[in-house]
Amino acid sequence: MEVSYEKKENILIVKIIGEIDHHSSNILRAQTDAQLDNINGKHLLFCFQQVTFMDSAGIGVILGRYKRVQSLGGRIAIACAGERVLEILRISALTKIIPSFSSKEDALRYLEGGKLK
Amino acid sequence: MINWMRAFFEAKSENESLARMMAAGFFSALNPTISEITDVKTAVSEAVTNAIIHGYEGKGGSVELYCAYDTQKLYVEVADQGIGIGDIPKAMEPLYTSKPEMERSGMGFTIMETFMDSVRVESQPEKGTRIYMEKQLSRE
Ligand SMILES: Nc1ncnc2c1ncn2[C@@H]1O[C@H](COP(=O)(O)OP(=O)(O)O)[C@@H](O)[C@H]1O
Ligand SMILES: [Mg+2]
Repeated sequence: MEVSYEKKENILIVKIIGEIDHHSSNILRAQTDAQLDNINGKHLLFCFQQVTFMDSAGIGVILGRYKRVQSLGGRIAIACAGERVLEILRISALTKIIPSFSSKEDALRYLEGGKLK
Repeated sequence: MINWMRAFFEAKSENESLARMMAAGFFSALNPTISEITDVKTAVSEAVTNAIIHGYEGKGGSVELYCAYDTQKLYVEVADQGIGIGDIPKAMEPLYTSKPEMERSGMGFTIMETFMDSVRVESQPEKGTRIYMEKQLSRE
């Protein structure tokens, strides 16, 4: 797994490439928290377009970041998740609390404006 | 069984992807669909991760992965000689986790049950755990 970070105003965009399992989720968690500390991002966008595999470890990381961002008044969104990742998110009911968008632009619009479409 | 494999590896998180690759590689002889192979990889990943972080509590040990198939189905077993599970029905409940501080979601068994046709747990405290999973492929 590789992660890259980009900041757009007060939104931290996390782009993940590869597989999210328990092993890589520890790296994803630590790096994302360090980025949130350093760059003072308020909202968080997980870009999942290039995620090739995810198991329940991904749920833990997303939920953990959701709690953190929410406690500071921020919002979180998921963009471009494939059918498999969406299925894992649905099984764990994450899709009920974290909005998921088929494009990065729609997700950014939601985070900037606070509206669902 | 028409074919089987058994592998033992150290209970290290680096080996989670190895276990998925071994299972996917072994079952590729059956020409499964991409969706079927992802189902198996996801279930293997959950069971192996559980052996590493719950069974051995991150302290290391030997994890066993057994894969087999006959004309009907494919079979996967994942075993550890770790701490074992005292209350199996409770462990299998959705959202139950004994390690919330590790940001575990408690969805591992639910995911195994969603993606495989059957999941059976044999476990004894202080002795270890063996997970038995079966799946029928669509072409049969
Ligand atoms: N191999 C194992 N050895 C000991 N305990 C286990 C094992 N597998 C699962 N468990 C127990 O079952 C619980 C539920 O497992 P699971 O559904 O995968 O959720 P999670 O891994 O997120 O905690 C774990 O929290 C743990 O207490
Ligand atoms: Mg688990």
